[in-house]
Amino acid sequence: MRKMFEEELQELHARFSEMGMMVNEAILKSVKAFVNHDKVLAQEVIDHDHLINEYELKLEKKSFELIALQQPVSTDLRIIVTVLKASSDLERMGDHAVSIAKSTIRVKGNKRVPEIEEQIAEMANIVKTMSDDVLDAYLKNDSAKAKKIAFTDDEVDQHFKKIYSQCVEEMKNDTDIVEGATDYMMVASYLERVGDYVTNICEWIVYLDTGKISELNSNLDE
Amino acid sequence: MVENQVQDSHIIQLDKKEKKLALYTEDIHVYYGQNEAIKGVSLAFEKNKITSLIGPSGCGKSTYLRSLNRMNDEIANTKITGKIFYRDIDINAPEIDVYEMRKNIGMVFQRPNPFSKSIYENIAFPLKRHGLKDKAKLDEIVETSLKQAALWDQVKDDLHKSALALSGGQQQRLCIARAIAMEPDILLLDEPASALDPISTSKVEETLINLKEKYTIIIVTHNMQQAARISDYTAFFYMGNVIEYDQTRKIFTRPKIQQTEDYVSGHFG
Repeated sequence: MRKMFEEELQELHARFSEMGMMVNEAILKSVKAFVNHDKVLAQEVIDHDHLINEYELKLEKKSFELIALQQPVSTDLRIIVTVLKASSDLERMGDHAVSIAKSTIRVKGNKRVPEIEEQIAEMANIVKTMSDDVLDAYLKNDSAKAKKIAFTDDEVDQHFKKIYSQCVEEMKNDTDIVEGATDYMMVASYLERVGDYVTNICEWIVYLDTGKISELNSNLDE
Repeated sequence: MVENQVQDSHIIQLDKKEKKLALYTEDIHVYYGQNEAIKGVSLAFEKNKITSLIGPSGCGKSTYLRSLNRMNDEIANTKITGKIFYRDIDINAPEIDVYEMRKNIGMVFQRPNPFSKSIYENIAFPLKRHGLKDKAKLDEIVETSLKQAALWDQVKDDLHKSALALSGGQQQRLCIARAIAMEPDILLLDEPASALDPISTSKVEETLINLKEKYTIIIVTHNMQQAARISDYTAFFYMGNVIEYDQTRKIFTRPKIQQTEDYVSGHFG
């Protein structure tokens, strides 16, 4: 009995990891497309997003079924709840990748600011590392690592603030770049949100490992 | 007595062409004297699957199960009408040799009922009564049956000890071993784990899951979690009728009939 249930949990675990990898790929590609002004790659991210959404639906369906049929408790329940909650966060991360890709496609001969683009690339790098790491922490059920990752979200927030004020400054100086800078601000804010979702997933990893529902790196002080 | 009004029901029809059927019934009615306990039940059971029959006490699920291998014949004043098809033969017909038929459709009861004999004899004795004399063959069947019932490792060194010395869960698995020693196609189980503690229950459930590779299993259970955990199909009985019959995951996640919903979520019964 246990054996069959455990196989199903393993399966759920594996599907969740696959979804995580797809989302990370989408983020990587969307950022790469934005930095390199690659509209083809951006379109690919948009076209593939439905696959991520379908994964989420499948995971949800399977989780509901396991809860109804197996009445899981304790660790089993936490595994399922974690997948259920964290897969919504992953799905939202995927949506933000799409938003970044759409910004890339929208750009039509806007005046660019290389310094800000550099900043965005740097910020994207941190976010990308966070989303890779969080998947690894999930696979290893490593709450210490999850807490550490959540902590890096501060850096992301700092970058966001910096890019934001830089954009405002540039716009004041040169109205020609209002359109482009608005996009920069939006992309930075999407990345900032992705960082928040990674933090959410970190919280679920802590819950999975310890059973404690916690708030990591709260935004209250911002 | 309140007359039952079946307002609505949902019973999936398993297509003989698409699914292999082990058994199906057509319009089964069971009367105990004046009382109509089963009011026209037609169900089809897929081969190598576990089907649970659930419902509140007195809903007729055990009566229906017992009619599947004619156990109700033994009860005085009982009348059963309708057809039960097994290998395209109506086994509810009067000319059927019920003892021969029960070799193919075995039953395990609620309370473990081993014979007051050794573990070995519990399995060998019925085989001998059916004329099997070859000692080596008997040994082999005892071993394979006990293995299939997941009991072999625990009793292989004590085969000649009394079966009554086994724990309740082990006794029940011995009864399952005894039933499958006859190499039936179908195993009927009437609340086989209701007298057992959770650990023994889990072992019996695991045994059943493994057994479905070889047998078709129909099980009556009061334990809805058990039905949810182990069965592929579930039939919900209420006052002598089947209210809903569908895949277990559908019954427990999105039943079509309100009465089923109320019962599986514990609102009544």
